[in-house]
Amino acid sequence: MQRHLISAADLTRDDAVLVLDTAEEMSRVADRPIKKLPTLRGRTVVNLFFEDSTRTRISFEAAEKRLSADVINFTAKGSSVSKGESLKDTAQTLEAMGVDAVVIRHHASGAPYRLANSGWIDAAVINAGDGTHQHPTQALLDAFTMRRRLVGRDAGLGQDLTGRRITIVGDVLHSRVARSNVDLLHTLGADVVLVAPPTLLPVGVGSWPCEVAYDLDGVLPKSDAVMMLRVQRERMNAAFFPTEREYARRYGLNGDRMAKMPEHAVVMHPGPMVRGMEITAEVADSDRCTVVEQVSNGVSIRMAVLYLLLGGNEPAAPHTRPASHPAGETAAHTPDAAEEK
Amino acid sequence: MSKTLIRGAKVLGGEPGDVLIAGETIEAVGTGLSAEGAETVEAAGKVLLPGLVDLHTHLREPGREDSETVLTGTRAAALGGYTAVHAMANTFPVADTAGVVEQVWRLGREYGYCDVQPVGAVTVGLKGAKLAELGAMHDSAAGVTVFSDDGKCVDDAVIMRRALEYVKAFDGVVAQHAQEPRLTEGAQMNEGVVSAELGLGGWPAVAEESIIARDVLLAAHVGSRVHICHLSTAGSVEIVRWAKSKGWNVTAEVTPHHLLLTDDLVRSYNPVYKVNPPLRTATDVMALREALADGTIDCVATDHAPHPHEDKDCEWAAAAMGMVGLETALSVVQETMVDSGLLDWAGVADRMAYRPAAIGRLRGHGRPVAAGEPANLTLVETGYRAPVDPAGFASRSRNTPYEGRELPGRVTHTWLRGRATVVEGKLA
Repeated sequence: MQRHLISAADLTRDDAVLVLDTAEEMSRVADRPIKKLPTLRGRTVVNLFFEDSTRTRISFEAAEKRLSADVINFTAKGSSVSKGESLKDTAQTLEAMGVDAVVIRHHASGAPYRLANSGWIDAAVINAGDGTHQHPTQALLDAFTMRRRLVGRDAGLGQDLTGRRITIVGDVLHSRVARSNVDLLHTLGADVVLVAPPTLLPVGVGSWPCEVAYDLDGVLPKSDAVMMLRVQRERMNAAFFPTEREYARRYGLNGDRMAKMPEHAVVMHPGPMVRGMEITAEVADSDRCTVVEQVSNGVSIRMAVLYLLLGGNEPAAPHTRPASHPAGETAAHTPDAAEEK
Repeated sequence: MSKTLIRGAKVLGGEPGDVLIAGETIEAVGTGLSAEGAETVEAAGKVLLPGLVDLHTHLREPGREDSETVLTGTRAAALGGYTAVHAMANTFPVADTAGVVEQVWRLGREYGYCDVQPVGAVTVGLKGAKLAELGAMHDSAAGVTVFSDDGKCVDDAVIMRRALEYVKAFDGVVAQHAQEPRLTEGAQMNEGVVSAELGLGGWPAVAEESIIARDVLLAAHVGSRVHICHLSTAGSVEIVRWAKSKGWNVTAEVTPHHLLLTDDLVRSYNPVYKVNPPLRTATDVMALREALADGTIDCVATDHAPHPHEDKDCEWAAAAMGMVGLETALSVVQETMVDSGLLDWAGVADRMAYRPAAIGRLRGHGRPVAAGEPANLTLVETGYRAPVDPAGFASRSRNTPYEGRELPGRVTHTWLRGRATVVEGKLA
């Protein structure tokens, strides 16, 4: 693993599978009465959020707390950032307080990359979503969800998504989720099809490792998972599509369309959903829809990423039973060994 | 009268010869000229060019003296081999009145490093709505003939038409910053493969090309002169080539950075590569080089755009657009055009001195290296090669995309009307 997690494209196949496997271990912690590991005790993680995102922030916070890290939440609103302080100064100020990792959400594409590569700070940087660029932990939790559903919880360990057919539908142009998913799913061996009105696909999409289609109905019967992206109503005003109704008719997922999918295929959504726009209530509430599962998987994935970036060379809890679990032994990586006593 | 003998220089890259400067003019050009009573500059192996002329410089004064002043900017120009620069109008206040252009012009004369020819704004406050007093600026001591809202496009077709018509009265030229505003809302970089990957707002080539197409047609319709600033795409080259083939009065410039750099560099998210128009693709770069070589593009203009450190030491979206260029322009042209075999030194003199001076109707600059001409000269050590070190810049700003990049050529001497402004690579 690299020191930072900026882009899903930076992950090799083995890196990604390691994160997914580690997340499976972490997920077992959530099933226990005490959902906590001591792994990051004494380490400080700041959630540096320049953009409103309660869900992602809470998910990271839950992951950090389950790993026993000290957590600082920093939101730009009402802070010195709104008084004109630069990203560099904000980051340096936080690091001066002894921060080991920065989880950053920023409206500007590339801000996490700059933070990690400009020599401003030494802390590990985890991208929690930057502009319309990347959202790597979202892609990882999506891949985790797919592997569980399509391969199996135990059967999936060590496996990738070779040969699975994943369809991503909606506002690809403005979506960091789509970019991250295309990169990661390709790395994991899946075949990705993007479906969107041509106005919501970026010029240059032809160079991405995926196919592009404009007709959703033609793609659904060949899909193992269909990921619906949120479409903001405001896009209508910028002439990306004529009306909400037309969008929903051509690209929305309703019960009739869902029936065209193979039996085993799942419906995914990164949230928040716009019901009635890209997805009907019937589909959103069906048991084929993994949206709630994705949220809980998000905590496991973020625990895995934090663990691998901040403590990955040590067993999850070396000091709990050091004598019986020397570092490097695989047993030390299992949740049983890692569980805080 | 002080005399200087430049001995053994390859004039315009030709056979070695001597050039004798007497006072403000070139007294003689030949071989074996007498050094009697003259200071001698040994120039064996070096290339002597006419003093370079920049059609597109941002000196930032008045208003943004934290990034550049007329003094620091003209010192940078002299070090880059320039003897005249056109100072763009987007200052604070905007150079849209006779008062502002005269002030900038006078400062250039006072400091004496490089002549400063102000460019006047086309519209009041660069707002694109109401013509500035173009005639008053022309009639002022600054004698403005080039008008531009550079930084902003004169996108209203009627305003552009009127401006083109109006400046005919005094042989002026409108220099258009070709950027269709609606197509470039939120634009951060060239729209294409790299922008799709990076998730940065795209600046499509068509936003430049559609304005150029409209403006060459307008210029033809009203029989006026139009000049295209910082042309950056292969498609723009085709349109200008077509317009010239019709005999229309269209000229165009290209920046050094568009001759060398491509949008791949944006993958670093380093705002030092953020510029407007944006860095384009390798295909565009090759088309621009060929167009400069065959004369479709008339000249090289720096678009020297200084910015303070904090405006580049930040995330991409928050960063200012622009690069400094005066002190590296000739090196980049040598690298991309001369060393690649596309242009000889006579061609460089044409594209960096004769033609820009002719487009700006600038008297006393862009003249041949010949007896009786003003002694505006630049001596270049073409065999020199070194990494660019911005610490040595005279410019107040350091936002160069070439830091650490090895480039050829070094200006060792510059003379402005017979007076050395640069000696042995240092300000005189």
